[in-house]
Amino acid sequence: MSMKVTTRIVDHVAILDLSGRITLGEGSVQLRDAIRDLVAQGQKNILLNLSEVNYIDSSGIGELVSAFTSVKNQGGQLKLLNLTKKVHDLLQITKLYTVFDVRDDEAHAVESFQK
Amino acid sequence: MPDSTVNKVSMTLDSTLDSVDRGEAVAEQQAAIAGIGEDERYHVSMAVREALVNAVMHGNAYDPAKKVKLSFENDGAALVIRISDEGEGIDQDKLPDPLEPANILRGSGRGIFLIRSFMDEVQFRKLGPGTELTLIKRLPSPPRRA
Repeated sequence: MSMKVTTRIVDHVAILDLSGRITLGEGSVQLRDAIRDLVAQGQKNILLNLSEVNYIDSSGIGELVSAFTSVKNQGGQLKLLNLTKKVHDLLQITKLYTVFDVRDDEAHAVESFQK
Repeated sequence: MPDSTVNKVSMTLDSTLDSVDRGEAVAEQQAAIAGIGEDERYHVSMAVREALVNAVMHGNAYDPAKKVKLSFENDGAALVIRISDEGEGIDQDKLPDPLEPANILRGSGRGIFLIRSFMDEVQFRKLGPGTELTLIKRLPSPPRRA
């Protein structure tokens, strides 16, 4: 199953609802393109909703890290929302859980971004 | 088609991403046949996926003339998985530690680390040419009969 990306804007935050697998190839490229387009539009607050992402491989993790760095370098913030257990465990193993700002409530997550 | 016997399944794959998906699916299937629980099956199939990505992308560099070999052997005590490529080979001692602060924000370099995290034992062997990875997952002991 490939990945689907839906983008919606809530207040001043772009929320990307991702579903499926973020793996080497199509999934990673879709995520990279979506982030690149948002950054190009000047969107600096990005929230990745991963509640429907059931699988990420090392390439997908690398893509999340690259997205985080790329948004941060543009003066923005990228946060994660609603991790599944598998993704949570992967971020723990790779010590990235504390690098990312991980949220489990969308409204609070949106409020947490700087206006 | 996989060439299967009672305890061993082996296959030769093209150096493509489709092969990675196919090998991952077979790993999931073989782990289930070996009696490995759902969480551990996910670990096994992801370790195989990561090893296949390395073989296809870094080892064989998507070269259509080069193949990847994948085999599963179950002796009742462990599921032994071998993945080999025909590439230049890697020096495992020179792989950067992805947990080091200097590497934590790198966009790549976590594949071998995840393989080691998910399997009970990982061995590297240099071939001429290529690299063979052996991934071992010990199997749960069958319940003793009274």
